[in-house]
Amino acid sequence: MTFTKKIALSVNGVQKQAEVEPRLLLAHFLREDLNLTGTHIGCDTSQCGACTVMLNGEVVKSCTVLAVQADGAHVTTVEGLGDMEQLHPIQQGFWEKHGLQCGFCTPGVMISMVGLLKENPDPSEEEIRDALEGVICRCTGYQFIVSAVQHAAKLIAEANQSKETITSAGEGR
Amino acid sequence: MAKLIGTPQKRKEDPKLITGNGHFTDDIKLPGMLYGAFLRSPHAHARILKIDASKALELPGVAAVYTGNDLVGKVKAVPAMWFLPGADLKPKDRSTLAVDKTRYAGECVALVVAENRYIARDALDLIEVDYEDLQAVVHQEAALLPEAPLVHDDVENNLALLWKAGEIPDEEFQNAEVVVRQRLYNQRVIPNPIETRGAVAQYNPGSGELTIWCTSQNPHIHRMVYADVLDISESKLQIVAPDVGGGFGSKIATYNEEAVIGHAARDLKRPVKWIEERKEHFMATTHARDEVIEVELAGKRDGTFTALRVKNTANLGAYLSTFGAGCPTIDFGLMVTGAYTIPKAEVVTYGVYTNTTPTDAYRGAGKPEAAFQIERIVDLFAQEIGMDPVELRQKNLIPKEAFPYSTAMGVSYDSGNYQDTLDRALDIAGYPALRKEQEKMREQGKLLGIGISTYVELCGFGPSKVAGAIGFQGGVWENSTVRVHPSGKVAVFTGTSPHGQGTATTFAQVVAEKLGISIDDIELISGDTRSVSMGWGTYGSRNTAVGGAAVSIATDRVIEKAKKIAAHELETSVEELEFSEGIFAVKGAPERKRSFREIAKSANFAWNLPDGVEPSLEGQSFFDPPNFVYPFGAHICVVEVDPQTGEIELKRYVAVDDIGRVINPMLAEGQVHGGIVQGIGQALWEGAVYSENGQLLSGTFMDYTMPKARFFPTIESHFIETPSPVNPLGAKGVGETGTTGAPPAVVNAVMDALRPFGIKDLDMPLTPEKVWRAMQNRRENA
Repeated sequence: MTFTKKIALSVNGVQKQAEVEPRLLLAHFLREDLNLTGTHIGCDTSQCGACTVMLNGEVVKSCTVLAVQADGAHVTTVEGLGDMEQLHPIQQGFWEKHGLQCGFCTPGVMISMVGLLKENPDPSEEEIRDALEGVICRCTGYQFIVSAVQHAAKLIAEANQSKETITSAGEGR
Repeated sequence: MAKLIGTPQKRKEDPKLITGNGHFTDDIKLPGMLYGAFLRSPHAHARILKIDASKALELPGVAAVYTGNDLVGKVKAVPAMWFLPGADLKPKDRSTLAVDKTRYAGECVALVVAENRYIARDALDLIEVDYEDLQAVVHQEAALLPEAPLVHDDVENNLALLWKAGEIPDEEFQNAEVVVRQRLYNQRVIPNPIETRGAVAQYNPGSGELTIWCTSQNPHIHRMVYADVLDISESKLQIVAPDVGGGFGSKIATYNEEAVIGHAARDLKRPVKWIEERKEHFMATTHARDEVIEVELAGKRDGTFTALRVKNTANLGAYLSTFGAGCPTIDFGLMVTGAYTIPKAEVVTYGVYTNTTPTDAYRGAGKPEAAFQIERIVDLFAQEIGMDPVELRQKNLIPKEAFPYSTAMGVSYDSGNYQDTLDRALDIAGYPALRKEQEKMREQGKLLGIGISTYVELCGFGPSKVAGAIGFQGGVWENSTVRVHPSGKVAVFTGTSPHGQGTATTFAQVVAEKLGISIDDIELISGDTRSVSMGWGTYGSRNTAVGGAAVSIATDRVIEKAKKIAAHELETSVEELEFSEGIFAVKGAPERKRSFREIAKSANFAWNLPDGVEPSLEGQSFFDPPNFVYPFGAHICVVEVDPQTGEIELKRYVAVDDIGRVINPMLAEGQVHGGIVQGIGQALWEGAVYSENGQLLSGTFMDYTMPKARFFPTIESHFIETPSPVNPLGAKGVGETGTTGAPPAVVNAVMDALRPFGIKDLDMPLTPEKVWRAMQNRRENA
């Protein structure tokens, strides 16, 4: 009889419970138990970053996290960023600036860059390239990924700007 | 309708991919699905004495274990598919699952099928195999030596093939004022798409139908081959390439694993999935390049080239892969003279078996190697006669008035304007100023290097008659059906099988512009052998030049038929009708008109069709181009080498490419970036390294350096357009320009930087250690 453990976690804001083998990787748990197949697995050694998700707001590679380690945590995957009705600025940026080709690494790259923009809302090209260290894209040559992230930063700044405008207009009333 | 061809358009492919709704092979989950895992040989060369799977079979959750003997008479080995006429070729197909011997580390020995991937992995550890280790041979030159162990007992000297082409230029070499010789090693590289290979197979015992979803660049080729090896009609075998996460040539080849998974599903009557791990990808998916190229260029002191002689000793690995024989011969050999007027040339290729993973196509397949050797030898020639490498190139480039140009290797370059791409690149880079800066930096002990490559490559495969003549086991025409629904929306079927190129968008641009409808009303259907009757897939930058051409012609046929219907409804003749912006209108009476959408409905409802016109509105084309296409360009790379550490900093990269007519400049530029980064990857970092006994030392991303974002400056990409005359779009192909142009540009730049040390050549990859050692060696011997 295989030993299993009960876990409870929030994935993209939805509460999930499951009984899993302790050795089950978070990446496999997300993909196979929860059918969230946007998170991909490309290398098994935590180099390519295709499996990148957010765990309690931190960027992690879900192929080196056990599902049991995510017990009680908040996980955000690409499916939690935005959908076609309302794309996340990073998704908008990748679409507008041709930041993807085959698209296999893209979910992980986007999550990783959401992490960057949280810490550094206005990164330089060099800072973006440095922050891409944890991911491998074999198709794009990274240049349009850099453009995509810059575009996303601009969209976020504009959104914050208009939020402030609305807030201050509200305050004026 | 605004002009679409030639404009940047956001990709239709992207919404699903950016929202996590892509559908890749590993995303497929079927009821009752089992999971397969392959046991692979840890030895490069060994006799299999015994395989005992009994413990594995006892493990709860294991459904089956297959060994080579279990498959005899049930699954044939996948065959090689390129038999060169006139060559002395000794094909050895990869064994399905090794029976008595293993010939490279990573060769499949057994397949476990279990309830999930964890159990399958557990079971692999329980299979006991007795091996008798044999001496291995890894390097192709060592394998040719008389004392070398034999990879296949009946292949003498491990010589798998000997191929010769061109004319022997002995006289030209005897009379030459200058002869420059160089031995170059184009190292072994690994394609490494981020999605590894994989297959999911499902069998219906009632109908006898087998479906295999797999990571394929050419599902119809895979159907043709797997139908044969599994002995099933093509009508009963469906191959589907869902979203495919890159291929770069590695997903062209047919492999045993996919076929064996198909067999297991049929045998167990349950769906079976196998997804390659990255470690397996490194060991078992085809590698590429690995060619020792000895090149000699003859000419005059004034810089005129007179003849070229090339010997290529290519490592084919342990077995002949699908298109393995064609890469170092046809793909390489026909392009050795590059962009220059060299009146006579000869190529000899030795293809050698070794105890390594089989080699096959990787982005460019043979053409990057050809460009590399000619561009390196041209630089060395310039150095020998004391001429600027730009001036030497300008002197020998094929002039634009010479096109179509027949080369010494017997191919006809379709169209070109090589001088313009070079001039433009020099202009953008500010070449004279760069040379001055270099001089100034040298005075300060700094090592700036400027490298140039003016490449041309062969793309758009490519007349089927030629394919037959060169022994390619298949055709290379392309198929498209443009189907107009009653709503006026359009389905475009293509036999190409895109995997990241953005084809759904570029083809929609072509169709939408021609039909005068929105690209949102067009869907591309590809990658499924049930939907598309036949096709030859995506590789060799043939997607747009051949597949796109078929789409264009099929669309014209739709318009032709629609015009007949519109003319009938408007009570006029086809000749009196104009079609523009999606409206059929009578010449001189624009108020008498029908929209494309109205005609779509009329054609499908068929209430009032002219005599002799059948219902429905479809156009079909099976386009077989009259020639290949030959994209070309000039790349300039500027580097700085650290004299203390040997580290290379890429300072600038300028690419001016001529890919014929550009359909979507944004997508084309993306292809250029990706190609250049892969080309630079080969020049500076990437390389498969084997130990002497055939263990792959660079077997994960931790020890095989993949290009990362911070390694690169902004790539300055520009296009010049010289349309190709061989297809209606004038397109030439862009996917491989970067991997072809970049390695010589980068290596020429580094060698230019190292000139103060008197270093003429170093093998790729130019790692800091290698560069530092070379400099240190000179310092010590100075």
